[in-house]
Order: sequence, then C-alpha cells, then structure tokens
Amino acid sequence: MSVQTAGERLSPGQQIDDFLVWEPLHIGAQGILYRATGRDLPFPLLMKVPRLQSGETAESLLSFETEAMILPALTGPHVPRFVAAGDLSRVPYLVLEHVRGKSLESLLEDAPIPPPEVARIGAAVADAIHSLHRQDAVHCDLKPDNVILRPDGEAVLIDFGFSWHARFPDLFAEEERFAAGSVPYLSPEQILGVRGDPRSDIFSLGVILYEMATGELPFGMPDSDGGLRQRLWDDPDPPALLEPAVTPVLQEIILRCLEPQAEHRYRSAAHVAFDLRNPAQVPLTDRATRMRPGNFITRAGRWWKAHVKPLEAPVLVKRAIHAAPVIMVAVDTTHASDERQPAILQATRNMLSLSDEYRLVCVAVVPAPPLGSTGAEGDAALRVEHLTRLRSWTAPLGLPNQRLSLHVLVAGDAASALVDFARRNQVDLIVLGAPRPKQQPLAWMRSVASGVTAHAHCSVHVVRVPERPPPPGTTAP
Amino acid sequence: MRDSGNILLLALLSDIHANLEALDACLAHARAAGATRHAFLGDLVGYGADPAAVVQIVQRHVGQGAVVVQGNHDAAVARSSGVSSESAQDAIRWTRSVLDPGAIAWLASLPLEVREEQRCFVHASAAAPQRWEYVDTPAAAKKSADAAGVPWTFCGHVHRQTLFFEGPSGRMTSFNPVPGVAVPVRSARRWVAIAGSVGQPRERDPAAAYALFDSDRERITFYRVPYDHLAPARKVRAAGLPELFRWSAWP
Repeated sequence: MSVQTAGERLSPGQQIDDFLVWEPLHIGAQGILYRATGRDLPFPLLMKVPRLQSGETAESLLSFETEAMILPALTGPHVPRFVAAGDLSRVPYLVLEHVRGKSLESLLEDAPIPPPEVARIGAAVADAIHSLHRQDAVHCDLKPDNVILRPDGEAVLIDFGFSWHARFPDLFAEEERFAAGSVPYLSPEQILGVRGDPRSDIFSLGVILYEMATGELPFGMPDSDGGLRQRLWDDPDPPALLEPAVTPVLQEIILRCLEPQAEHRYRSAAHVAFDLRNPAQVPLTDRATRMRPGNFITRAGRWWKAHVKPLEAPVLVKRAIHAAPVIMVAVDTTHASDERQPAILQATRNMLSLSDEYRLVCVAVVPAPPLGSTGAEGDAALRVEHLTRLRSWTAPLGLPNQRLSLHVLVAGDAASALVDFARRNQVDLIVLGAPRPKQQPLAWMRSVASGVTAHAHCSVHVVRVPERPPPPGTTAP
Repeated sequence: MRDSGNILLLALLSDIHANLEALDACLAHARAAGATRHAFLGDLVGYGADPAAVVQIVQRHVGQGAVVVQGNHDAAVARSSGVSSESAQDAIRWTRSVLDPGAIAWLASLPLEVREEQRCFVHASAAAPQRWEYVDTPAAAKKSADAAGVPWTFCGHVHRQTLFFEGPSGRMTSFNPVPGVAVPVRSARRWVAIAGSVGQPRERDPAAAYALFDSDRERITFYRVPYDHLAPARKVRAAGLPELFRWSAWP
C-alpha cells in the first residue's frame, strides 16, 4: 500500500486535499493528531492520521477504518463533528471537530472528587453515552482520556476506533488477538470477546465514576490474564472504604454499574444519569453500605463459573438499545378523586406491561403557595404530603423501587415544569390526562396537556376519558 | 456507455427469476438513485411467468455495457435439465416452451464469471462457478473470495442479502446489511456481497432486493423495493406454473 509510511511526519503548513496541517497536538500509539485548517467551518479542526508502521499496523488500520465508518453516522452535541476522510489507499486521515474543553483525565488529577461533583460530571458523561446508544452505537473504549467536558458542562465522547454500530460491519468481530479497549475500563463481557452490548459502556462508566470518587481503579491495572479476569467474578473494594466521603447513594450507583453480570447493571445510561441527578430517589440495597466486597458465597459462585466452568463468551443477545425507556406520568395529586385518575393509571399500566425494563417516573406539580404564607417548613410538609399521595397512587402498579421514582415539583406553570423535568431527565414518553370533554375546546388551549404536547422534547400520550351519555330519563339543563 | 474505469454507481441485480414487475421496480429505483451501470448476477429466468420480457430487458442493458453472468436456472433452461427439484424442473420445461431459440441460445452463451479491475461477478461461488455452491457461510465466502482474488466479489444464488468481510487474520465474518444504509467497503480488505433476490426474496418480506455499489466512494447500499408482488403471483398461477414461491402466504 502506498500510504505515507514509517515515521513520516506531516510538516507544518503541508496541504492535504482541502486542508492545511499544523503542529501535532497528540502523538498516540494508534495515530497522530494535528491541528488543521481549511474549508472555512465555524469550529476548529483536527486531523487524525493513523500510524501505519511497526507491529500495530493491523490494529491501527482496523481502528482507523472503524472510526471512518462510524463517526460520519453519529450526530449530536456529544460527539465531535465529522468533516472529511482521506482515502485509505492514498493518504488515510480523518478531519473532525477539535472539541474545546477539558479532558476528564486532567480532572482526575484532583481525585478523589467530592460526591456532588462526581454526580454532576458523571450524569453529563451518562447523557453522552445514552445519546450514543440511542444512535445504535456502543463506544467500547470509554475511559477518562476519551471524554472531553465542554465549558458548558456537557460531555463529548471521542475516539470511536473500537466502537460498534448496529448498522455497520464490526471489523473487530472474531479478532480475539486484539483485546480492543483499555484494560482497566473493559467490561467482563468484553474480556470474553463480546462486543456490541451497551451495558459494557455502563460498566466502563462505573469504572470512571469509581476513579473520580476514590482516585483509584476498581480492578487496578492488571498485567496478567488472571488479573484481567478478576472482574468476571469479583466485586471491587467498596468506594466508601477508600474514600469515606462517598455517600451510600453514590456507592450504590457505582457498584450497580460495576456488577460482573450485565443483567444486574443499569439497563440504560439514562437511568444512571437519572439516579445521579436524583439521589433522594435512589433505592438503596446492600451495595450502598457495604464496607468490604459483597457476599462471599455469591463471589465464590462467580469465581467457580469463571474458573472451573469452561470459559465461553455469553451469547450476545442483540438487544434493542431503546428497550429501557423512562416513562413519566403526570399525576394530579390535588384532585385525587378526578374521574381521569383511573384512566391514567390504566394507561400507565398498559405501557409498563410491554416490558419489565421500563422505568416509571411519577411527577406531581403543586402550585407554589402564596409568597410568605408558609415558609420552608410548610413547603417541605407540602412535598411530603404530595409524595405520600403519589406513593398511594402508584401502589396498584406493584412496581419494585428500582423501577419507580416519585417527584413533587412546586411550580406555578405546571406545563413548563413538566417539560423541563422531562428534558433534564431524558424521559422518553410523558403520560398525562386531557381536560374533561365538557371543558373543550377552549379548555384544551389552556390545558397542561396542550402545553406539554406542544413543547415536550419527547412523545406525549394524552389520556382522554370518553364522555358518558347522560343516564336515561334525564334531560340536559 | 461502457466505461469500466469510471463506474460511479453500479446496480447489482440477481435472481430475477422471470419476475418482470420486480425487475421493473428495481430498475426504476436504481434509476432514481442515479445508477450508471448494471450487473445482472444470474438466474434471470426460472419460477416466474415472464422469462421472455426479462431476457429482453437484460439484453438491452448488456447492449449498453451491463455485465451479465449465467445462473443455474439459466444454464438449466439452456440445457433443458440440471435443477434439483421436480417442480423447478417443471418450471424449466415451461420456460423453454415460451422462449424463442435465440433467447435460449443467448442464455446458453452467458459467461459463468466476469472480472473487471478489482471486481468479480459470479452467480454462486467464484471457487467453482459451475458447481453452484451456496455462499451462505463465512467459510464459503472465504473460498469464493480467495478464488476471486480481488477486493469485491458480487454474487447471488443465496436469496438473502448478506455482506461478508475479511478480517486481518484472514477470517471472514458475515454481516446482515440494513436496507438503505451505505456501508463503506474499502478495497483494503476483501468483501463478498450477496445482492439478494430481485424476483424471489426468501425473507418474509416480499419487497424486491438489490444493491448499489459506489465504486468511487467504495460504498455499497442494499435496498428493498416494495412493489405489487401479487401481480406476478397471478401470472404464475395463470400460467399453471408450480407455486414454489409461497405468494399466498405473503401479506
């Protein structure tokens, strides 16, 4: 292949197709990143040139091809914008947005980071992962180096050289000799050669959260096969053991991400983001307060499976990444006997019956009491009262705590409060009641339902109760 | 417009099986997508009720520079035997009865394989085209790619759209393409693309299948084209042909 080869560095000012190449910004094992200009775009550029020399040629080529295939298919604020790709057989390069911000790696110099900050950054990273998963892609190489935090706090994922995309061939399939990904962050299933499970990214997110919260890696930097396989069966030291500031909630979230078996982890990165943002709603298990690795019997069982049973990669079920949506139902806790309540409950039950992976978020909006009338104490009492009403409203659904969370919003404008809450929490579907038929049509224009339907970022299911005909013998007034 | 060095968009049409409506639908779709050239990957006839019309259309395209290779049904019609099942044999006899001798001779004259530049066109496996082996496993794809010795092997025979690709260790992997998604197929590795069947897709979806190869940008896009599939079904029934194809089971 007549590509630019061994040791050839691009010189500053060199022109390649439409672009001018400037100083190198980063020299990595897989390739070199240069600052680049050209095409007059409203954002800075960088050019990524793979290293096609030495023994890693095949791997850098695969990574380059993979990224050149997947990056152009990705959109949104959580990935760098793709600009151009050079012909692999001539001058292989990728030109993409040079994302301005801080690498998460640089923030780790200050680890342990205080839990509220871990939660804030972690939720931003989880949002970015969720955005990727919604596009049918799995990153497969999440680590602090590959996360950039923009000045506005949003996270951007970079380096898709090991990524997997449902609509493209996986060039790393069956290439076991490349342990694609970075060892400390690899999920157990990736170690066994399974690619394309979004829950692998959730495991890596757990490693990142653990590292932010404690300054340590949960499974260290293993350099042996046995060390690498430890995570197939073992629990890491609980974060609070290493860093007492870690709250039970944060520990619960981190250890749930780090479960050796994917089905015990969070089902969606959006759920992780939700829990990080709503700590009061996180149901705590024994993970939360554990001060040493979990149950001995459980770990021994996993160890046995990992050592004695022949090691087989679990069959990858091609799960729909969207299979674990968050459904939000708006409940009017002020008018508990409203005839629409049973209909909304039934609609919610129908949705939830579609999959046991759905998560329900119940929200009540309570009008703010007149200024100065109650004070903070009265406000808290109001919340508790409505939370209790929400709890009894959801009781017939019989949902386990892990699939349910309850929220009372105190706000004047119910529609905006619901829309904002839904957007912030990556809700996929809002369920709420329509105004009563009698009140239409003017009532619709002013209703919460119309405001939410018009402005929500997601789908809205409006529940309507049909008007009953008047009982026989009565006449309209 | 034969200019093999400068193909922009090549339509890959295989296993038409004398289904005129499906062929028309795919050709119209390919035209709208900007196809500049066509490759017919064999089994123009057999099963369906319009062999003469299909042969005419393909001959016209060949006159304009299209590629065509022979499929096992084409060979069977030419030799009047050679397909495995009794009902397929009935269809072959019927097809011979409605084709003029010129068309039969033309089918008999088709090459088993065509190579140009970095592309190989064949109905079944390039490893032994005349043996009509199915390329339905990565190992079979590997044999075919090895024999072809070029980056791109385009074939049919298996009525299911599949893209096989070779990893650095030489092993082939199978990929089920998503219709309408352009997949980069760089010449740095070897690919075996099964275009699917125009006239008789075996998936549960009756939409006709074909693919477009962009030689300039090294990309392939697989398509499914819905059309009135009950029209050819009625013709098959009217002609008294064996209904191998479960038209009636389709929605």
